[in-house]
Amino acid sequence: MTSPAAGGHLSAEVVARARALIGLYPHPRSALIPICHLAQEQDGWLRPEAIEEIAGLLGLEPAEVLGTASFYEMLHTEPVGTYVISLCTNIACMLRGAYDLLEHVETSLGVRPGATTADGMFTLEDAECIADCGRAPCLQVNHRFVGDVTPASFDRLVDDLRAGRLADEIPPHGTLVRVRRAGGLRVDDATIRAERAAAAARAGAGAEGS
Amino acid sequence: MAVAEAPRIVTSRLGHEDSHTLERYLATGGYEGLRKALTMTPAAVASEVDAVSLLGRGGAGFPAGRKWSMLRQAPTTYLVVNGDESEPATFKDHMLVERDPHQLIEGVVIAAYAIQASRAFVYVRGEFALGLERVQAALNEAYEHGAVGADIFGSGFSVDVVVHPGAGAYICGEETALLESLEGKRGFPRIKPPYFPAAIGLYGEPTVVNNVETLSNLPWVMVNGSEAFTALGAGRSTGTRLFALAGHVHNPGVYEVEMVKTTFRDLVYDPGLGGGIPGGRQLKAIIPGGVSAPWFGPGQLDLPLGQDEVGEAGSMLGSGSIVVMDDSTCVVRAAWRITRFFWRESCGQCTPCREGSGWLEKILRRIEDGAGRESDVDLLMDVCDNLAPGVSWPPQQTTICVLGSSIPSSIASAIRMFRDEFLVHVKEGGCPHG
Repeated sequence: MTSPAAGGHLSAEVVARARALIGLYPHPRSALIPICHLAQEQDGWLRPEAIEEIAGLLGLEPAEVLGTASFYEMLHTEPVGTYVISLCTNIACMLRGAYDLLEHVETSLGVRPGATTADGMFTLEDAECIADCGRAPCLQVNHRFVGDVTPASFDRLVDDLRAGRLADEIPPHGTLVRVRRAGGLRVDDATIRAERAAAAARAGAGAEGS
Repeated sequence: MAVAEAPRIVTSRLGHEDSHTLERYLATGGYEGLRKALTMTPAAVASEVDAVSLLGRGGAGFPAGRKWSMLRQAPTTYLVVNGDESEPATFKDHMLVERDPHQLIEGVVIAAYAIQASRAFVYVRGEFALGLERVQAALNEAYEHGAVGADIFGSGFSVDVVVHPGAGAYICGEETALLESLEGKRGFPRIKPPYFPAAIGLYGEPTVVNNVETLSNLPWVMVNGSEAFTALGAGRSTGTRLFALAGHVHNPGVYEVEMVKTTFRDLVYDPGLGGGIPGGRQLKAIIPGGVSAPWFGPGQLDLPLGQDEVGEAGSMLGSGSIVVMDDSTCVVRAAWRITRFFWRESCGQCTPCREGSGWLEKILRRIEDGAGRESDVDLLMDVCDNLAPGVSWPPQQTTICVLGSSIPSSIASAIRMFRDEFLVHVKEGGCPHG
């Protein structure tokens, strides 16, 4: 068993938020993916030091955290750019010109899907359907939607991102949810059990009476 | 070709810019369904939902009321919301979580009350960053309003609701994979039996997993009653349903229409809906119900949008997605792209799916690129037969979950409907569409 995270890589704030997340679940391990998102919010990707400390927080081995994290597309175990551009090429976008758009994007950024620009600004992903097909072809930048993309609108988007004009709308990669839960659980398990038992008793009495 | 005006059950607020706020929700009848439910017994709420034949809107179409009735009796019961919408070209739940999150939360609490759930988890697809923020913000407001948490609206019923982000994996839409993911593990579907999480679900406890749209119907059902709901639609397909229309149409988007009373033709061509195919082109094929579904041709356009009607015609309404392909579409390329998706998203547990998807993708790719052989068409069907013996509908299963048996749908449809096009690719050494 790994020792609990202490004086480590994750900031005190991230650790406090992680502990609050753990408190929302009957089993600590359920908080694994939400905490990985927090670590990415801090670092942009899942650093090995972060994985080790997450394991400590959850009472798991680092390999178990990595084993889960490596299954999921959004959790990056290698560095990515400040902006991850996920361009959908699935059927709905393909029918509306996504592969022509991809060619333009590759030329424009100078990278192929899976690669990051030399300045570390952009990582390009050839994504599966991101469920915005009413505005196909579409893409996400750090999981913020951009629809009805044309070569010209893509180039403007890149200019705006480079110039920092979209900083309010699109946070750096890793920041997924900016709305925090207001407080923890409001009801303890004992109260729930007592309420449910009472309700079941009432239902039973009702059934006998009818 | 006018489509009958049906009430908007789940999209009534979407005309408002602030449809996601508590203020708008309360101004438009919000949380009244929950208040009414809390005056009834949990069993009465459940039987009301059972009476409306609310077929699950996620993909499998299993009646929500029956799912609830199968719960194993135990001190701890969980409600899990499947908001991991990832079936290609399906984007209706995406709209609901972003635009009307309170409606979902109200549905969640009604369902939690009916099944006396100890806690509810709303699993939202990780890529829906705005949706996650909207649901969390709405939940914070709902707690403040007394609609979630302890002693809800003074009824003596309590439940906590937790928003849980996914992290990018199609397979987590499969309910047992979703539960594994919610437990902090890789999204590997569980071996069946048990067939239903109602017996053994989250942490081994009895669990109901319901789709976002399914639960979003509940507030309306509680306020308007089961008879008003069953007055819409026909047969088992009652109420309205959201259809996500994509591909070669003038107006792609999400439309709420009455089930059975509307046809594929209405959806594609009605000026108030899809608005027809652009550029004076003709319809070649449609994919009803998500890319796991067998395709239809122009001859099936007049089929009503009903679960059993579409099922009897050899496909499914599935996830509520309809993709329109016009006569400029290369079906080899379409089948290849869909297969590439399954290959990338296969979880890798079962050999037929993990290996078969890759083989199929490579064969389709070489046909499209001009390196195909005449025998490749039969080879494709042979590999499909290994994934779903007989390549029939509904498919036979050789894998733990239905992802594997869904792979042959598009390939077999393309070959059966357009075999000549595959052969032209082989003979001409490439794609005739350029």
